[in-house]
Amino acid sequence: MYPTETSPGPVPVQQLGTPVSPMARTAPVPAATDPAIIRNFCIIAHIDHGKSTLADRMLQLTGAVQQRDMKAQYLDRMDIERERGITIKSQAVRVPWEMDGTAYCLNMIDTPGHVDFTYEVSRSLAACEGAILLVDAAQGIEAQTLANLYLAMENNMTIIPVLNKIDLPAAQPEKYAAEIANLIGGEPEDVLLVSGKTGMGVEALLDQIVRDIPPPVGDPAAPARAMIFDSVYDTYRGVVTYVRVVDGHLKPRERIQMMSTRATHELLEIGVSSPEPTVCQGLGVGEVGYLITGVKDVRQSKVGDTVTTLHKPAAQSLGGYQDPKPMVFSGLYPLDGTDYPVLRDALQKFTLNDAALVYEPETSAALGFGFRVGFLGLLHLEITRERLEREYNLDLISTAPNVEYEVTLEDKKVLTVTNPSEYPTGKIAEVREPMVAATILAPTEFVGAIMELCQQRRGVMGGMDYLSEDRVEIRYRLPLAEIVFDFFDLLKSKTRGYGSLDWKADGDQVSDLVKVDILLQGEQVDAFSAITHRDKAYAYGVMMTGKLRELIPRQQFEVPIQAAIGARIIARESIRAIRKDVLAKCYGGDITRKRKLLEKQKEGKKRMKMVGRVEVPQEAFIAALSSDESKDKSKK
Amino acid sequence: MPSTLPLGDPAPGDGVLPGQAADGAAGRGFSLYAHIPFCAVRCGYCDFNTYTATELGGGASQDAYAATAASEVTFAARAMQESGLPERKLATVFFGGGTPTLLPARDLVSVLRSATDAWGVSQDAEITTEANPDSVSQDSLRELADGGFTRVSFGMQSAVPHVLRVLDRTHDPARVPQAIEWARTAGLKVSVDLIYGTPGESELDWATSVRTALSYQPDHISAYSLIVEDGTKLAAQIRRGQVPGIEDDDHAAKYTLADALFQAAGLAWYEVSNWARTPEDACRHNLAYWHGDDWWGIGPGAHSHIGGVRWWNVKHPTAYAGRLARGQSPAAGRETLNAETREMERIMLLTRLSGGIQVDSLSAGARHAMAQLIADELIDARAAFAGRLQLTLRGRLLADAVVRRLLPD
Ligand SMILES: Nc1nc2c(ncn2[C@@H]2O[C@H](COP(=O)(O)OP(=O)(O)OP(=O)(O)O)[C@@H](O)[C@H]2O)c(=O)[nH]1
Ligand SMILES: C[S@@+](CC[C@H](N)C(=O)[O-])C[C@H]1O[C@@H](n2cnc3c(N)ncnc32)[C@H](O)[C@@H]1O
Ligand code: SF4
Ligand SMILES: [Mg+2]
Repeated sequence: MYPTETSPGPVPVQQLGTPVSPMARTAPVPAATDPAIIRNFCIIAHIDHGKSTLADRMLQLTGAVQQRDMKAQYLDRMDIERERGITIKSQAVRVPWEMDGTAYCLNMIDTPGHVDFTYEVSRSLAACEGAILLVDAAQGIEAQTLANLYLAMENNMTIIPVLNKIDLPAAQPEKYAAEIANLIGGEPEDVLLVSGKTGMGVEALLDQIVRDIPPPVGDPAAPARAMIFDSVYDTYRGVVTYVRVVDGHLKPRERIQMMSTRATHELLEIGVSSPEPTVCQGLGVGEVGYLITGVKDVRQSKVGDTVTTLHKPAAQSLGGYQDPKPMVFSGLYPLDGTDYPVLRDALQKFTLNDAALVYEPETSAALGFGFRVGFLGLLHLEITRERLEREYNLDLISTAPNVEYEVTLEDKKVLTVTNPSEYPTGKIAEVREPMVAATILAPTEFVGAIMELCQQRRGVMGGMDYLSEDRVEIRYRLPLAEIVFDFFDLLKSKTRGYGSLDWKADGDQVSDLVKVDILLQGEQVDAFSAITHRDKAYAYGVMMTGKLRELIPRQQFEVPIQAAIGARIIARESIRAIRKDVLAKCYGGDITRKRKLLEKQKEGKKRMKMVGRVEVPQEAFIAALSSDESKDKSKK
Repeated sequence: MPSTLPLGDPAPGDGVLPGQAADGAAGRGFSLYAHIPFCAVRCGYCDFNTYTATELGGGASQDAYAATAASEVTFAARAMQESGLPERKLATVFFGGGTPTLLPARDLVSVLRSATDAWGVSQDAEITTEANPDSVSQDSLRELADGGFTRVSFGMQSAVPHVLRVLDRTHDPARVPQAIEWARTAGLKVSVDLIYGTPGESELDWATSVRTALSYQPDHISAYSLIVEDGTKLAAQIRRGQVPGIEDDDHAAKYTLADALFQAAGLAWYEVSNWARTPEDACRHNLAYWHGDDWWGIGPGAHSHIGGVRWWNVKHPTAYAGRLARGQSPAAGRETLNAETREMERIMLLTRLSGGIQVDSLSAGARHAMAQLIADELIDARAAFAGRLQLTLRGRLLADAVVRRLLPD
């Protein structure tokens, strides 16, 4: 039986091929699937509420993954996802499901919950008609629940509210069902109860998806239009482009055209993920799948672009999609200067897969050649750095992260500063810093503590709503620089773990910002400079000079360490001179041992960075720059 | 735990040296070091290659040791001859340990005799033995003097009982002046070894030890800063927090104090850790090491150097005796230095001496580095103008840093 281009309409199960699972004995064939039996949905939730685990049960129940191949969070495929137990990239999977004797085709997308990767959620939504809003029945609604729900509503999605983890003794389904109903309308009883762990309620949920989520609509006869919602570089296959077909259809060996650039490529392979890549004879209206064209650079296959065919091009592209904007910048330097080319190539490869990553070369007097890299947030930074080190066998130093500033000079010239050492020394008219709109959810008892924290962070309150009797949503406008580093940890500790945070960019504002320099023996160390609010400059100066005093070994002379704003010293420390550096022991005739010791010391000296006459061990740079805040930030 | 040996090249069984060893040998002095690897107890801070009778499973190896050591002398004399080295009389001999005086004086004398028989000995040779104050008697010291020894170096370490206790030293402090008196009566020159910076030692304690040592009017004093060697009992005690750690600043203060007191008493420094009453009282054997002269070291774990070839014997007395019994070289490994390493060693060793280094013998880079060394008050400006690189007091305390700065990167 071969796919045909005319839509066959809902097919009675008995007429289709071999049974694939007890639940869906047949699977609709790609390119031959009537949109009426297609349901495209994504699973959205706050981090850790169990999206990937629920996806596991769906993979199992639909027979997409065999029992023996099953493993927890099956769709978290990257090593780093598995190690950290979080999803970083969305994954789309086509699974079959049978209801009332009809075989349906479900395209399910598991999304990440971390705020750094919200853009992955927006992309995924663009490929769907509906979303499962998953809420941990022991936690209730949290900040990213709201943020992701908001995105889904903006896209006019059908939303199926679901409480997960109802197997937990601490689950409070009635309470949180009421909270959800209160939020999205409807009755608490409409909220489905499931356990991704035990599988309870998941079949009913699949049925509900078929019933509630509308099938995709599109014109099969119109010129092809497919939305690119993901684009991934694969060493073996080149760029794999994930699309959702809106109108018309795509077939293998056809020439396709990217509507933004008009570039054309031959379709070498077309297929669906189920969840392993499975070649098929094409994709029709409403279907989700992948394209391979032999293109080597994801930028030639941009997320948000529309794919059409060369022989029958569409006139109008689908709605565009904005590239995520980097929010946090950090210098990345190889410890060993000779690794610079390796780092350069590695970054280039990484950007193939990660449109959010931007970089440009920079040099530091202290650290040598490196790159200024823009990230979506600290987790993104950390993960990127860890992957670079692991996959390319690099040892990297990353400088203290900072946000992007817009500096206007008195002569009206405007500079964008992403690296403190580029901060102008001349007369500055004003400095603008990026702001965020933050949403914090927490039990009411913590409102005072949260307000205090936000005030300290220069926040301005926007409003407060009660989600239920004992939980509030607090909205603040805050400088990005104030929340991007340690804010979340503080929030967690001040709310005994109950507070959650979501934020999005919200313009910029003029602030009283200064650059704090750190000087060793009067010599400025660019890697340690920071841009901070004037009120916080002193604290930074004291912190950094204190840290360096501990980290830099004593030298043959006293080393003053100073923090300065311009020429004004705001904090100082000093490292006392070392007084003894001689082996004063009877070592008899064992000159060899003494010489080897000397050779080792000399070797050690090579690994020192010289700042003027001060020998600074690389470890000191790393330790001073790995702000305590940025440690262990995997979970937000 | 005795200190570990370096890693080197394999050494041939016949002990014959590479050709370069003989180059210029006639112009260099020749000395003998004899290692006596026995101690009554092991001091908690010591990682020298030495063993107690219990560790060796009885006194048998001590009894046979003199004969074994003498057999290495015979082996050495033959190997040197076969290596084309000229005949040279012994300029100095040094018996070290361990505790040489744990062996009967006659054993030490017989080892010395075998050496003087093999090589001959120069008229004014310096012949030293190390000694623990409680392992000598009036008679044993006389016997040593009669047998040809000219000098004895006592391990006094400290005069303060609580410091001696931390060091595991068992001798009664009152025994030291007594032993010195006997030695002097026997006609031996006297040196004492001191250790500073022992955990729990105050500056006053240290001043007391220095003053006490000076009151015995030795010809020579070595003062070593206590080094915490890996694997020693002391290292473990510090790690477990049972005794306080070692402070470099404390060492520096105590070194400075000692140097002042020694100088006031008429002793001058001639090497970073050594002071002598007159230039003639400087330990010529030690100077031979610093000057890069030739010496053969006999005994387990002993190090030797001839013409840029360094080697070291197997560490364990049993393995050592076994090699010699089979007529094989007891060397465990050796290295043949190239011109670059020899120069590095020359700078490393000569810098430590009060005489210093002839400036015009230094590389351009090292001479260039001297300007900053003068500015940092690490070397003496006037001496530098006169063509010698000599450490200041501050420079002595930072001698290793000075050496690193003189060497090419
Ligand atoms: N008891 C119980 N635990 C669950 C259930 N579902 C998920 N978990 C656990 O919750 C944790 C998070 O699960 P994930 O499936 O990784 O959550 P996620 O929402 O995909 O997380 P991110 O992708 O990082 O946002 C894991 O430890 C799961 O084992 C459930 O139904 N019951
Ligand atoms: C190896 S001992 C041999 C002499 C004799 N057994 C004795 O202990 O006096 C030579 C000298 O080395 C010094 N010494 C040994 N271990 C030392 C250490 N860990 N730190 C500093 N000096 C040490 C002692 O001062 C000792 O006098
Ligand atoms: S007596 Fe001397 S050689 Fe023996 S263990 Fe003590 S310090 Fe070491
Ligand atoms: Mg997940």
